[in-house]
Amino acid sequence: MLENKDYKVIGTRPIRHDGVDKVTGRALYGADFQAAGLLHGRVLRSPHAHAKIISIDTSRAEALPGVKGVVTAKDLPDAGDKVADLGEGAVNLKHLCDNILASDKVLYKGHAVAAVAATNPHIAEEACTLIDVEYEVLSPVLEVRQAMEPDAPLLHEHLKTTSLGETADEPSNVASHIQHKLGDPEKGFAEADVIIEREFVTGTVHQGYIEPHNATAHYNADGQLTIWCSTQGAFTVREQVAEILQYPISKIKVVPMEIGGGFGGKISVYIKPVAAMLAKKTGKPVKVLMNRADVFEGTGPTPASFIRVKMGATKEGKLTAAQGYLAFEAGAYPGSPVGPGAMCIFAPYSIENVIIDGYDVVVNKPKTAPYRAPGAPNAAFGSETVLDEIAEHLGIDPLEIRLMNGAKEGDRRADGPVHPRIGFIETVEAAKAHPHYSAPNGKKHHGRGVASGYWFNIGLESSVTINVNADGTINLVEGSTDIGGTRASIAMQAAEVLGIPAESVNPSVVDTNSVGYTAVTGGSRTTYATGYAAYEAAQEVKRQMITRAAKLWEVDEANVQFADGEFSSINGKEEQISFRDLCARLGETGGPIVGSGTVNPGGAGGAYATHVVDVEVDEETGKVEILRYTAVQDAGKAIHPSYVEGQIQGGAVQGIGWALNEEYIYNAEGEMTNASFLDYRMPTCLDLPMIDAVIVEVPNPGHPYGVRGVGEVPIVPPMAAIANAIYDAIGVRMTELPMSPDRLLKALGKI
Amino acid sequence: MARRSHVQTTINGETVEFLCEPRQSLLEVLRDELHLTGAKEGCNNGNCGACSVILDGRLVNSCLVLGVETEGKSVETIEGLAAPDKLHPIQDAFLENAALQCGICTPGFIMSAKALLDQNPNPTEHEVRYWLAGNLCRCTGYDKIVRAVLDAAAAE
Repeated sequence: MLENKDYKVIGTRPIRHDGVDKVTGRALYGADFQAAGLLHGRVLRSPHAHAKIISIDTSRAEALPGVKGVVTAKDLPDAGDKVADLGEGAVNLKHLCDNILASDKVLYKGHAVAAVAATNPHIAEEACTLIDVEYEVLSPVLEVRQAMEPDAPLLHEHLKTTSLGETADEPSNVASHIQHKLGDPEKGFAEADVIIEREFVTGTVHQGYIEPHNATAHYNADGQLTIWCSTQGAFTVREQVAEILQYPISKIKVVPMEIGGGFGGKISVYIKPVAAMLAKKTGKPVKVLMNRADVFEGTGPTPASFIRVKMGATKEGKLTAAQGYLAFEAGAYPGSPVGPGAMCIFAPYSIENVIIDGYDVVVNKPKTAPYRAPGAPNAAFGSETVLDEIAEHLGIDPLEIRLMNGAKEGDRRADGPVHPRIGFIETVEAAKAHPHYSAPNGKKHHGRGVASGYWFNIGLESSVTINVNADGTINLVEGSTDIGGTRASIAMQAAEVLGIPAESVNPSVVDTNSVGYTAVTGGSRTTYATGYAAYEAAQEVKRQMITRAAKLWEVDEANVQFADGEFSSINGKEEQISFRDLCARLGETGGPIVGSGTVNPGGAGGAYATHVVDVEVDEETGKVEILRYTAVQDAGKAIHPSYVEGQIQGGAVQGIGWALNEEYIYNAEGEMTNASFLDYRMPTCLDLPMIDAVIVEVPNPGHPYGVRGVGEVPIVPPMAAIANAIYDAIGVRMTELPMSPDRLLKALGKI
Repeated sequence: MARRSHVQTTINGETVEFLCEPRQSLLEVLRDELHLTGAKEGCNNGNCGACSVILDGRLVNSCLVLGVETEGKSVETIEGLAAPDKLHPIQDAFLENAALQCGICTPGFIMSAKALLDQNPNPTEHEVRYWLAGNLCRCTGYDKIVRAVLDAAAAE
C-alpha cells in the first residue's frame, strides 16, 4: 500500500523550467524555425466535399517565377493495400497517404490536392491558384445517420463493414460495428421501476489549438531527412513519415520545436510529409505552414455523433441496466473514437447489465483526430443527462444517485476490465461537500447541474536519461513534448528521488536521435509514464552514487544509505556526504554518472471528474451564461498542483465551449461556413467566471508517487452538467450540442 | 514580385530599418524580416490576439497592420519588455500564477495586459476580462491569466 508521504518537492509549485523563455517570446515554436535558403510551401485544397479527380495540371504553377517545386499524390510512393501499424492500431496505408495528398478522390472540402514550394509564401499561394484540377463533383454525405442509409452515396467503393469480427459482402459507409455486453440487459430492464430512453446529437468540434500546424524539412545530400515541427510526439512523426514516404526511420530525424497546443490534434501528420517531399524535390529546406482555415478544414476535428441511451433503475435508485448506441462520424476515412466512447459511456457506475453498440461511419468531413478524452464527452453527454432525468424522476439528489451507483475497486467495466483503486466516489463526495453545492440557487432562470466523467489514461513507452553535473544539479533528457508544464512535473519526480530542489534539474526535450523511444504526449500519459521513467532514471543515479560513496569510504554498498539528500554510512564508520558534494567527486571515484530509465507501464490509473455548474438562461435571446463552475477531479497525486488545476480549468472551459457555442456549420454542398475564430466561437475570458478546480488525491497504485493522468477527463462532464443546469433553470431537456441560442429558442418554442 | 519599400521605424526603443513588400503585414515583417518571432500567428485575421504588439502606445493586432504603415512610428513587442536582468512584473506574475500552458498565446496576452495596465493601473476582474477578450487561449480557461494580470496590477 502507498503511504501518505510528506514529499519535499512533489506537491510544491516551483516556476516551470521553460517559463522565462515563454514569457519573453524567446521560446521557439515550429513556425519560428529559420534556415538559410529557406523556401515556403503552401497546399492547394479541394473546394468540393466529394469529387473524383479527373486530372491535375501543375504546369502554369511551375512556370511562375519564384516557384521551385510542385508535388501531388503522384510523387508519393505507391501505397498499395498495405496496412501500417503505427502504435495505435492498424492503419490502412492508402487511406493515410490519400489524406496527405488526394490521389483519385477528394473526400472533404479542404482535402489536400497539391503543394508548392516557392521563394516566399505569397508566391506559393499565387502558384496554388494556377494549378488546374478537373473534378467530377459527387453528392456529399454529411451526417452519420444519412451515411448509414443503404442507398447513401459511398465514399469508398471497397470499404465493407466489419461487424463483431465478420466482414460484410457489400460496400458501405459503416466501417465497423463493435459491441460490449455485460450480464443480461433484458433481465436488468425488466427489474427496473423507471426506464428513461433518449436520443442525442452532437456537432463536429475542433481542438482549437492557437498554433496552426507547421513543418520545415530538409534533405541532406546523403539522404538524411530532418523535420523541425510542432508535434505531440516526435517519434510518431518519424514513424508516420517513414510509412508514408517508404523511407527508413534511421534516415529521419524529427526535431520537436515548442508546441502551441494540441489536445490530440497534433498526433496525425498532414503537412510534415509534404514538406519532406518538397524538400526532396527542391534540394532546399522548405517550411510549410497552415493558415487558420486550413486547420479547421484540413485537420482532424472530433466527430459529430448520434447517441441513444437507455437506463433503468429501481425506485430506490439502484441502476439495473443500461444500453448505449453510439454512431460516430469518422470523417473521410475510418477511425473515429467510437471505441473509447463505448468503453467510457457507463464507466463511472457499477451496473450489472449493460449492452453498448458502437458504429464507425465515414462521411464527407475531415478525417477525425483525437480530441481530449476522445469519444468520452459525446458519450457522457447522453448517459449523464439520462441519469439526471432518472434521479429527478425518483426524487433523488443527483450526486446521491451517483454515490449509490458509483464504481469502486473490483467492479467490472462493461467492456471487460476490472477497476483497480479508483477515486470516483471521492470526487462525488468532494463535490457534495463543496460550498458551491449548498449555495442558494433559487433565482428565476437560474439553474444548477452536475455530471461526472471517466477517462482511462494510458501508459506506453517513455525514456529518460539523467546526466549528473559536478555542482549537484542534473540534466534530464526526455522525449515528451511539453504542452502544459510537463518539463516541471517530470523534473520534480527526479528531484524528489535525489533529494534536490526542482530548480536543480535542467530538463530538455530533444530530437529522435538523442533520446530513447518515447510515445506521444497524449492519453494523459506524460506526467505518469515519462515521470515514471524519470523516477527510474533517478533511482539508477542514486544506485550509482551509493556505489561511489561506498568506494570513497571503503565500505560495503549495503552499508550506505541515502535520505534527505545525504549519503551516510551505517554499521560502523560515521561518514556523511551530501548529494551535491558527492557530485563534485565523481571524477575521482570512477567518472561521470549517467542514469537512464525506460518504461512501458501497465498501471495507468483511471481518472474521474465530477463537475457542478450554475447557469442563467436568458429566455429572450436563448443565451446561457455560466455563473459559477466547480470541477472536482481525482489526480492520484498532483505533482505540480498549479498545472493540474490548469488542466482541469482548461478542460472544463473547452467543454463549456463545446456545450454552448462550438460546431462546424456546413451548407448543403458540404462546405464549412464558419472556418475562422470569429465564426467558430471559442470561449473568451469575458464569457467565463473563475473555474474552481478541486483536486482529490486517491493515489494510483500503478505509479511510485500515485500519479494519475489529469489532462483529459475534465472535458467529459461539462456538456451534460450544463444541459442539466439548463433543465433546472427552464425545465427543458436539451439533447443536441451545442446548446446555442438558436437551439435554446427552438427548445423553448420561440422560433 | 512587388518592389520592396524602405521603412524606418522604432522597435523596442531602437531605430530599425527594413525593406518590405507593400502587402506584408507588420507581423510578417517582425517574424520573417527582423526575426522577432515572439509575436505569433494564430489566425492572421485579427481574431486571436497572439500577434498583439503596441504601436504608438496603442494595442494592435500586428497581422492587421501593414509593415509600411510603421514608418516613423514606435513599436513595442514582447522582446522589449524585460530588462536584461529582470522580468517585467506582468511576466513575473504569469510565471508565479502558472498562467501559461503551451505558451503560444502568452506573448500576446502579456502585451495586451501591458496596454491595459498602462492606461488603467488598477483594473477590476471584469475590466481585465473585458480587455483581454480579444486574446484567445485554449489551454488555461483564463482563470490563472486573469489572476496574473490582477496580481501584476497590485505589484506595480
